[in-house]
Amino acid sequence: MTVTEILFGRLGWDALPFWHMLQNPTFKSVINDLIASGAGLMVVLGALVVVAGVSWLGKWGYLWREWLTSPDHKRIGIMFIVIALVMLARAIVEAVFMRAQQAVGLNGGFLTAEHFGQLFTTHGTIMVFFMGMPFLTGVINYVMPLQIGARDLSFPVLNLVSLGLTAAGAALVMVSLVLEPFSTGGWTGYAPFTELSYNPGAGVDYWIWAVSLSTFSSTLSGINFAVTIYKKRAPGMTLFRMPLFTWTALCTAILMIFGMPPLTVATGLLALDRYLDFHMFTTDLGGNMMNYVNLFWAFGHPEVYILILPAFGVFSEVFATFSGKRLYGYTVLVMATICIAVLSFTVWLHHFFTMGQSANVNAAFGIATMLIGIPTGVKVYDWMLTMYRGRVRMSVPMIYAVGFILLFVLGGMSGVILATPSVDYQVHNSLFLVAHFHNMLIPGVLFGMLAAVNYWFPKAFGFRLEERWGRRAAWLWILGFMLAFFPLYVLGMMGMPRRSVSFTNPAYLPWTVIAGIGALVALAALACLLLQLWVSVRDRDHNRVFAGDPWDGRSLEWATSAPPPEYNFPVIPEIYGRDAFMLEKDGGTPFQAPTQYQDIVMPANSAMGVIIGAAGFAAAFALTWYMWWLVVLSAVVMIGAAIARGFVRTTHYVISADEVRRTHEYWLREVEATTPIRRSQEQSGANRGRAVPPVEGAVQ
Amino acid sequence: MSRTITRHPGLNLGPAHDDDATDVREELVFGFWVFMMSDLIIFGMLFATYVTMLGATAGGPTPHDVLDIRPAFTETMLLLASSFTFGMASLALKYRQGRRHLVGWLLVTLVLGLAFVGHELHEFVSMFHAGYVPSRSGYLSSFFSLVPLHGLHVTFASLWLIAILFQIAVYGIDSQVKNGLLRLAILWHFLDIVWIGIFSLVYLGGAA
Repeated sequence: MTVTEILFGRLGWDALPFWHMLQNPTFKSVINDLIASGAGLMVVLGALVVVAGVSWLGKWGYLWREWLTSPDHKRIGIMFIVIALVMLARAIVEAVFMRAQQAVGLNGGFLTAEHFGQLFTTHGTIMVFFMGMPFLTGVINYVMPLQIGARDLSFPVLNLVSLGLTAAGAALVMVSLVLEPFSTGGWTGYAPFTELSYNPGAGVDYWIWAVSLSTFSSTLSGINFAVTIYKKRAPGMTLFRMPLFTWTALCTAILMIFGMPPLTVATGLLALDRYLDFHMFTTDLGGNMMNYVNLFWAFGHPEVYILILPAFGVFSEVFATFSGKRLYGYTVLVMATICIAVLSFTVWLHHFFTMGQSANVNAAFGIATMLIGIPTGVKVYDWMLTMYRGRVRMSVPMIYAVGFILLFVLGGMSGVILATPSVDYQVHNSLFLVAHFHNMLIPGVLFGMLAAVNYWFPKAFGFRLEERWGRRAAWLWILGFMLAFFPLYVLGMMGMPRRSVSFTNPAYLPWTVIAGIGALVALAALACLLLQLWVSVRDRDHNRVFAGDPWDGRSLEWATSAPPPEYNFPVIPEIYGRDAFMLEKDGGTPFQAPTQYQDIVMPANSAMGVIIGAAGFAAAFALTWYMWWLVVLSAVVMIGAAIARGFVRTTHYVISADEVRRTHEYWLREVEATTPIRRSQEQSGANRGRAVPPVEGAVQ
Repeated sequence: MSRTITRHPGLNLGPAHDDDATDVREELVFGFWVFMMSDLIIFGMLFATYVTMLGATAGGPTPHDVLDIRPAFTETMLLLASSFTFGMASLALKYRQGRRHLVGWLLVTLVLGLAFVGHELHEFVSMFHAGYVPSRSGYLSSFFSLVPLHGLHVTFASLWLIAILFQIAVYGIDSQVKNGLLRLAILWHFLDIVWIGIFSLVYLGGAA
């Protein structure tokens, strides 16, 4: 072994994205490597721009103190969402490349099969683990403690560790653009294709470790959320007074606690096969690939509901707020959420109806799958009845919400079709399936999270998002989604397999072209979203809502300033019913000064998240490329940091009652000076974050 | 304060220990129980996988050939004894029997835990010498994915115990040390229960 081999393992020049093109310049290899190198260049440039920007502004100290080491759940939530948005941008660009390839894919196209395989693998992996999961984790992180009247999560430092692990996984996927290749095994990484004998390169290893980092992060987040909701609710906030978003957060947290470990086992055993010559899922010596499939989907199906439930929660808040009504059928919605959470563990087999079970087993799982449609249907009716006879304001979150209802029901229908095993035999592994799950996840998760951003952004940053670009983005997402995925239903019925780099049937062509146009529309929607953010930041002084209640909100988070102080509430509120803040407004007693202020104890900053995240990234990168010394070093750092943390005794600091009083009284004076507005003025500059109280005839 | 005792599952230290940490302690202990549930799913999945792989010997050694109940029995006794001594340490903590008692029981626990790990390692080494390696068959792979994971847990628990002993040396028996011991106790007994599962299902099952 040479020194280079010891230091760099199997990492060599051939990992650079343009290496192949230089060695073997053909037309196709040049095209593919130029695309790959461009992507790698974007990563390098992006990182350089961030580093240079922060240095130029001299903000490293600020970034370290106020963000990277801050245990504040609000800051951590925002950082999770930033990761999600960055990864969303990358995965959408990948989607555009895939659609472009299939639009010209009759007998060829411009991408190699290998490149296409990497694209659909990273696209899926990112959208599930590094877009959806961080997005919903971020939103729950931000909103849930405010909704239950808590000052922070139960374990703030653990929260930082969760963030660090997710960031490490996302960084690993990004680095795989510069030092190639990534896996071609799809986001599910089915063995035995992902075993060493068929996939000897670094790609699958990148996938295993990126996903593992994300899994650990989500397990810890789930524990943190569940304990917080069980133990940190304000006095009087009984379970059945919790806002529906918090209920969905609780169910998602429970699913994370029980649903993530099977994935840890699946990827862990796959790693043992690849690294230590085990035979868990290999084709020889007694390995059994069906174990992988079962383990993976024992995670994979609960995962679907981990993703969708928080979005249901967001929509429940949005429908109630923008209809000016209390949520219809609250108890039933809670029951339906719990039903979905429980049923989600009973249907995993429908992901592989065609893989050798008996017809009776298939039938049982098919029926269980269809049962999930019942609580989901109940929810849809509850949302519609919330709007019924409400004064509906078609704000940006509402556009997403209404688009969601219409499209999600369609997707649900195709889900019931797929749940029938005999039909599934016909359309499985075709684009029909791809159309179905995108039909659930885009209107569900993505619209839900974008609605959440539009809804809670003013709370987090103190100014409203610009509406015009927001509307454009929302409509383009809806249109882009329909153009991109409805043709895939047709293509699936025509028999086009999913994940095809090219095809020979000319009848597919018009549909793949329409889908390609749809992808471009979705790209335009992303551009509108970014423009919306840009314009909003530019015009922020015009849209300030410091008083904190821009939408005439109902739940507790709107009873604080925007942005809320670090400790959320100067005194922990007493809760007397559902829609706590609306009750106060109804009673004419919002914005009260407490009789007495007390010192507030808050968690102190900690570098644990950064240390564990950095060491986790190093360990994963080193494992991927066989740099064993770095693996050992990172493990020592992680264990050492955990032990050292046990010796830290100053884990909290105190904010004096006096400071709390000053901050609160300043805010109360500002609220007093803010002119309350009616809902008709909601989208104008007159909206400074205070609503006309109901007692003054606020029928808007 | 009207709040007198905490009611989290597990050993409640009670009012005599009320050092402004009751709420924190309740959350910590509850959170750790939840973490244990999550960890239990990992073991559950591995147990299930192991059972499906019993026949996957690929013409190699069968469970009957591979498994020797004698070392496993010794390991069981070591681990059960360590659980008992940890229980004694917890009682020493609860009834404030002083630092000597507490540290004494913890040290005995540590020695038993390390003896368990050492004995198990010795068993694995002799299995390797006999050619019973994970690369031989699916069955042996599943054995070596389940049983050593438990051993790894015991190793980390022992490491944690050493760290807490050093914390006691530095800070005495303060609130954080107590919180650490309460959680480590849960982990320790949890690993005991998992081992009962391993002994019954893997070793007794293999001997049958």
